[in-house]
Amino acid sequence: MTDIVATNQTILVVGGGISGITAALEAAETGKDVVLVEKRPFIGGRITQLYKYFPKLCFPTCGLEINQRRMKANANLSIVTMAEVTDIAGSTGDYTAIIKISPRYVNENCTGCGACADAVEAEFDNEFNYDMDKRKGAYLPYNMAHPQRYVLDPRVIGTADADKAKEACKYGAIDLDMQEETIELKAGAVVWATGWRPYDAGKIQPYGYDRIDNVITSVELERMMDPFGPTGGKLVRPSDGKEAKNVAFIQCAGSRDRNHLRHCSRICCMASLKQSTYIREKYSDDGQVTIYYIDIRAIDRFEDFYKKVQDDPKVKFVKSKVAKIEEDKASGNPVCHGVDTEGYNRYAEAHDLVVLAVGMEPSVDKDNFPVDIVINQDGFIEPDDANGGIFAAGSASDALDVNRAVQHATASALRAIQIVNRVAGTEG
Amino acid sequence: MSDMNVAMVERYRNNFLKEVEHNVEEGDWVKMCMQCGVCSGSCPLGPYWDHPPQELFMMIRAGKREEVLTSTSMWMCTSCYNCIVRCPRELPITHIMHGLAHYAKRLGLAPKEQPTFKFSQHFWNNLVKKGRVNELKLGLSLYFMNGLVEGIKTSLNMAGIGLGMLKTKRMSPMEMIGGHSVKDTKGFHAMLKKAEEIEAARVEKYGKGS
Repeated sequence: MTDIVATNQTILVVGGGISGITAALEAAETGKDVVLVEKRPFIGGRITQLYKYFPKLCFPTCGLEINQRRMKANANLSIVTMAEVTDIAGSTGDYTAIIKISPRYVNENCTGCGACADAVEAEFDNEFNYDMDKRKGAYLPYNMAHPQRYVLDPRVIGTADADKAKEACKYGAIDLDMQEETIELKAGAVVWATGWRPYDAGKIQPYGYDRIDNVITSVELERMMDPFGPTGGKLVRPSDGKEAKNVAFIQCAGSRDRNHLRHCSRICCMASLKQSTYIREKYSDDGQVTIYYIDIRAIDRFEDFYKKVQDDPKVKFVKSKVAKIEEDKASGNPVCHGVDTEGYNRYAEAHDLVVLAVGMEPSVDKDNFPVDIVINQDGFIEPDDANGGIFAAGSASDALDVNRAVQHATASALRAIQIVNRVAGTEG
Repeated sequence: MSDMNVAMVERYRNNFLKEVEHNVEEGDWVKMCMQCGVCSGSCPLGPYWDHPPQELFMMIRAGKREEVLTSTSMWMCTSCYNCIVRCPRELPITHIMHGLAHYAKRLGLAPKEQPTFKFSQHFWNNLVKKGRVNELKLGLSLYFMNGLVEGIKTSLNMAGIGLGMLKTKRMSPMEMIGGHSVKDTKGFHAMLKKAEEIEAARVEKYGKGS
């Protein structure tokens, strides 16, 4: 893993989500040397956890497969997984990044056969499915994971499970002596694409995410729709496994709220409109959707999608931010309370399932940013000359959907290329 | 913004919103409401309001001066602060409600039969006499607020508590004659008079029913 050769003409891409992949590939395909560093054990980021994209309702796996092929085919691109950048020193054209690599305990001999997972008994919450199910202590993060290589959970190291995994492996791929290592990499320019995380819905006290079983988040719904997800693709209630046919969406759950996230997260309106089609896909005319909103922000060409959903008689729009959710103890139904803005009618509507359209926040804690960079009050990276040769890409810079994140990442790759070209010009 | 833009904005900003911004405590927040409705849904007394806060804000912006100022709605606020805590834009809604009630009262437009209004008036009348609240007199005036028969009934109901308070020296029967006061009653009254003059001048600017 430490055999990467990096120079002042290398572009370092931090974060292997759709933005990082895009920036890395665009730069590598112009012939630049690129190192892509990813914290998780696989490349792909949050899009791997989505069921469908809006507005075309196509599957993210499709575009991901193309990108994986591009990555495999490109000799200029090196990928380091389970790695975090802890510091970047230097200046434009001459950076040194400190990278901490966590042990995977599985080397490149791994064929992905899964014998280690069969042998290991310990189970842990599955972070890929937002802890809605369990996975083994030896696991493949998800079916299409790239690299296609198993991981040993550090919590099984030193237990009998670790030895069982080692014994089960016919290819000598399990290496229990792997240690955490810290490496230094040179780079001329850096693309910072650390992306986003869903806002912690438990902090929105009146919505009871932490105490009402049938209140879930939009990202969890995406996982439930996946045929290989925690419910095997069934759209059911967490409390009793009953089919969730009457589903409500609450917009701006955490966004546009000075008590939580000040910014509009921009994707949630389209995400809920998209997800309303999931309910119709599963239950056809038995499905009933209610969308509670302040205002629907379906920008430019998304307006067509919004219109299409609006025309669906099974989708009801209520102009109101729900004030609180209470649980009906007998049925387990979450009941939405509020007053609508079109007539000021007070309502108390029971639903099978309530989905909180949670906002996006930067995945890097703004108070502990590892790199000296200009960030705004919401934690997003500002375009600023003071950042030198470090450029934000995708949702590290703002709440962006995939389409805009990819555009932004391409722009960042271009900026990084210009820097390393300049370095190449002076170094000859 | 260019001067022309400013002029156009002013032209379309209706007078009542301006009036509220100038005269109502925290009134300049009214324009910040984005009509999400969380305040109305969060209000424990919400079902008893004719117009929930969110609607009041919209009515102010729509220039419905009479309907807003004569409304009983803002008098229903119990200052539980649930709306302020939850408002996504941090509007001081409780304070605006009290500000609106206060302004309606200053203009003489407040609904006279609203219980909170009546209580407030009793409290004020009691307080301004001596600069201290006379609890014995205030209590009794409240018992008889809705007529003699109800007053006697309430007094009899509360007799046990009243006697208990006397016994434990929480209330003195001597309060009935005179009662305790601030040191300088004369100065206190002069201050109140001055404040009233300042208030009157401000109200004068907008008139009573224009």
